[in-house]
Amino acid sequence: MQLITCPHCGPRAQAEFEFDRAVESVLALDATEAEAVARLYRRENPKGWSWELWRHSAGCGVFLKLHRHTVTHEIAEVSLLDAAP
Amino acid sequence: MTGSRTHQGGIIDRNKTISFTFDGKRYQGHPGDTLASALLAQGVVLFGRSFKYHRPRGVMSAGVEEPNALVGVGTGGRYEPNTRATDLFIYEGLVAESQNRWPSLSFDLGAVIGLFGRFVPAGFYYKAFLGKPGLWKFYEYFIRRAAGLGQPPVEPDPDSYEHRAAFCDVLVVGAGPAGLAAALSASALGERVMLVEQDLVLGGGLIRDADSMEGLPAQAWITKALATLTERGVRILNRTTAIGYWDHDLLTLAQKLVEPGQAPEDGQAAQRLWRVRAKKVVLATGALERPLPFAGNDKPGVMLAQAVRTYVNRFGLTPGAKAVIATCTDDAYKTAFALADAGCEIVAILDSRSESPSEIVKAAVARFKVRFDTQILEAAGGPGGLTGITAEAGGQKLQLSCDLVAASGGFSPVAHLHMQAGGTLSWDEANGAFAPKTSRQNQVTVGAASGVDEANTSASGLTPPKAVDTKHSFVDFQNDVTLADIDLAWQEGYRSVEHVKRYTTLGMATDQGKTSNIVGLARLAALEGRPVPHVGLTTFRPPYTPTTLGLLAGHATGKHLAVIRRPPLFDLHTEQNPLWLPSGYWMRPRAYPRNAETLHAAALREARTVRQGVGWVDVSTLGKFEVAGPDAAAFLERVCATTVAKLAVGRGRYSFMLREDGIVMDDGTVWRIGPERYLLTSSTGGADRMSHHLAYVRQVLAPEMRVAIANVQEHWTGIAVAGPKAKTLLAQLAPDLDIPRHMSVARSQIAGVPVLILAASYSGERAFEIYAAGKDIVPVWQAIATQGTDHGGCAYGLEALEILRIEKGHVVVGGEIDGRTTPHDLGLDRMLNPKATYVGAPALQRPDLQSSAGRLRMVGLESETPIPEGSMLVSSIPGTPQGHVTGAGQRILEDGYVALAFLRDGSERLGEHLVAWSPSRGAKAPVSVVDPVFYDHEGARYRD
Ligand SMILES: [Zn+2]
Repeated sequence: MQLITCPHCGPRAQAEFEFDRAVESVLALDATEAEAVARLYRRENPKGWSWELWRHSAGCGVFLKLHRHTVTHEIAEVSLLDAAP
Repeated sequence: MTGSRTHQGGIIDRNKTISFTFDGKRYQGHPGDTLASALLAQGVVLFGRSFKYHRPRGVMSAGVEEPNALVGVGTGGRYEPNTRATDLFIYEGLVAESQNRWPSLSFDLGAVIGLFGRFVPAGFYYKAFLGKPGLWKFYEYFIRRAAGLGQPPVEPDPDSYEHRAAFCDVLVVGAGPAGLAAALSASALGERVMLVEQDLVLGGGLIRDADSMEGLPAQAWITKALATLTERGVRILNRTTAIGYWDHDLLTLAQKLVEPGQAPEDGQAAQRLWRVRAKKVVLATGALERPLPFAGNDKPGVMLAQAVRTYVNRFGLTPGAKAVIATCTDDAYKTAFALADAGCEIVAILDSRSESPSEIVKAAVARFKVRFDTQILEAAGGPGGLTGITAEAGGQKLQLSCDLVAASGGFSPVAHLHMQAGGTLSWDEANGAFAPKTSRQNQVTVGAASGVDEANTSASGLTPPKAVDTKHSFVDFQNDVTLADIDLAWQEGYRSVEHVKRYTTLGMATDQGKTSNIVGLARLAALEGRPVPHVGLTTFRPPYTPTTLGLLAGHATGKHLAVIRRPPLFDLHTEQNPLWLPSGYWMRPRAYPRNAETLHAAALREARTVRQGVGWVDVSTLGKFEVAGPDAAAFLERVCATTVAKLAVGRGRYSFMLREDGIVMDDGTVWRIGPERYLLTSSTGGADRMSHHLAYVRQVLAPEMRVAIANVQEHWTGIAVAGPKAKTLLAQLAPDLDIPRHMSVARSQIAGVPVLILAASYSGERAFEIYAAGKDIVPVWQAIATQGTDHGGCAYGLEALEILRIEKGHVVVGGEIDGRTTPHDLGLDRMLNPKATYVGAPALQRPDLQSSAGRLRMVGLESETPIPEGSMLVSSIPGTPQGHVTGAGQRILEDGYVALAFLRDGSERLGEHLVAWSPSRGAKAPVSVVDPVFYDHEGARYRD
């Protein structure tokens, strides 16, 4: 059970969150067919650091960007989507 | 071996006596005794029979690592098999029995296989399976009778189990000297400390060794430490095992509130599962002694040297009268002194090393017969105990008579939690042990768990004497794996440690190889001629010790296994005694049978009532979302694949939503209930997914839009009133209402309750969905039911709804919308918003999703006989499937059966004749392929 620090709610158990997708898989509404295929089907599946989209579903409901290690589950960064990169 | 209680010593309460039974015979013990110590003190030698060979087994250890003395405890639903007699503290009325023996422990027929039969070698099961056909059948009967350990209980567990969460600054696992010291220093700094100990008492190795600490006798020092910790508010949990170390310093603890098989007091739980999130974790889990490899090392009377010392110093008993100490460590010499001081004869100390310069060894040489460069070859004896041993020294054989062997094959630090937490190990070549190296989480390992503190090399204990009989030298005692089994696996080409493990079952018993893994690894390394670390390690998996499933389930059993969601009209439905159907977590009426009607008869009657008069159905569980703001319409055109912006205020339309890959996700209706305010409905089962999807589009894809979303699924409770008389009924219920035309919105009052009315139809009849706040809905339903009954109407359930919608050709999420179908497949493509602003539009451009040949398309099927639900479509039987039936029903007012189906290139095949075939149900029906709308194709019945 990972511990994720929601910028709104503080450190909360993973059970309150939902993994949504890799950030790379976010598809803009005006994307082309080729982009859709690339982002949905041909994305990287990194063993290591990964940018991911999670949602604090059983909390404040906000979508969050996590920089997370897929092997060690270390979380280096949690940020709101509108925060500067 | 004749164990007996010493006159004094130990920390048992000799003033009190506890009586219990083992295999039906009554025994006594004292508070503080384990089942093992109480029985050993009364001369019991034989505790059970082994897994494969039914070899007699006694007690090997004094802790959780015990592979031999496994017993069944308790009675009825509280029976717990495979409980370690060394990890079970006796209580009044304890009932224990030995396992894997028939007809009795002392005379066991299965042992005959072990004595006379060929030993079942490594890979036996695989070979039996892969051998001649029928060979397995031959063996199976005997194996099922002979193999195995305890039997699981058959009655339900009467006990309850608790879950609890906790937080602390420092969690200390293990209350030996290192753990106590860590808890003392952390608490002195004012940290919130939790200290957990799997044993009944604190002290660990201090109790075993009866050493002194800081000038105090061990027990006095422990008592003082305990008092200090209590005063500082440290939470101390005994009988509590840290069974798992998970992500981000979360540990699970299994706390025994009563002993296995013991009934808790009324209303109390038997065990408690803790989830502790710690800022820092101190692992003071100690080390486990390893057995020595020699023939008969599994016999009753061969014990670990530290365990023997524990029985003397902690439990006040001597497990034998004449002992041989076999060792590769200095530590076992302490056992010699402890035994001798307790009145036991030390026949000899056999040390596989050439020498040791330590003080204790010098002292032992002065008092006992110590032989260096000497290893045990074989132990002799049987179910009644040991008679002697044969040893080897410089090629010379040596016979000694004894009834106890205290063996020390070196130590393995308990690194299980460290490894579960993602740590790494380093190999200590001199001591033949893995010790924690680097940590990933906020953990530190202290004490014996951090590495073997042996001045002298003890790795020699991992090398058996050359002349040893490998077929009788056990490595994994619980699974009966010998040195010969590992050798055989090697000969047969198994190299990976993971493969050898599975082929031989080494380390796969409930003890998870606590005493055997390193011995087995060392054997593999020797065969390979490489150092142990090159052989590799198998994974350390939770739980550290066997855990009752009831503890993991906690309260989530029976009715509490999953949430049951009851719509606000649940009690009213219950009065009519309906058949229920779970829809997601929701309970919904499936049909309201009258006079012992079958489900089918009730559903058909209800559906006919809707077609001919009027019916009403609870639709409260539909997903409902209010979307409001200046950009609400634009937002909905991102979510919905149809147009929305053209809707006039007060009007609604059917719509559907796509996933990003262009597949249909859900469907529902959109209503413009105000200039900048919309109500979106979705399926019951898809409501949670839709809620997430709306948040995703809102926050991630369209954050610039000025729009707010509220999930109003549980606010609005709904009743759909449908049928040719629905309009008349509604006019009576709301006399002032200007009845809305099809796909229009109105507001009014029914039975004094404000209602929102959406004129939408799923059944194919003129219909109105009447919504009110959940708390107000009961009088609305009652008014509809009372006045509707006067019109000959009735309530209908999901089954009637199903045959109504199939006849009308309406799709349903989970049926036709099954996560594979595109708008084109469903015949919905003409409704797609040409501006293509919606989620899923880019991926939907893929040619395969547009109109490529070979896709399954929705069609209708007609037949004169019932069409089997879920059947496949073939040209003739047997044949290649060309499609499948998704929803089967019948014509409601006429004869004949209809179904919705998916057929390859279906929309181009109208008029074809096929067979709907269900081999699994043994059912079939000749069908004609037709348009999927069977009823009122023009929608005339919606119009007034
Ligand atoms: Zn939050």
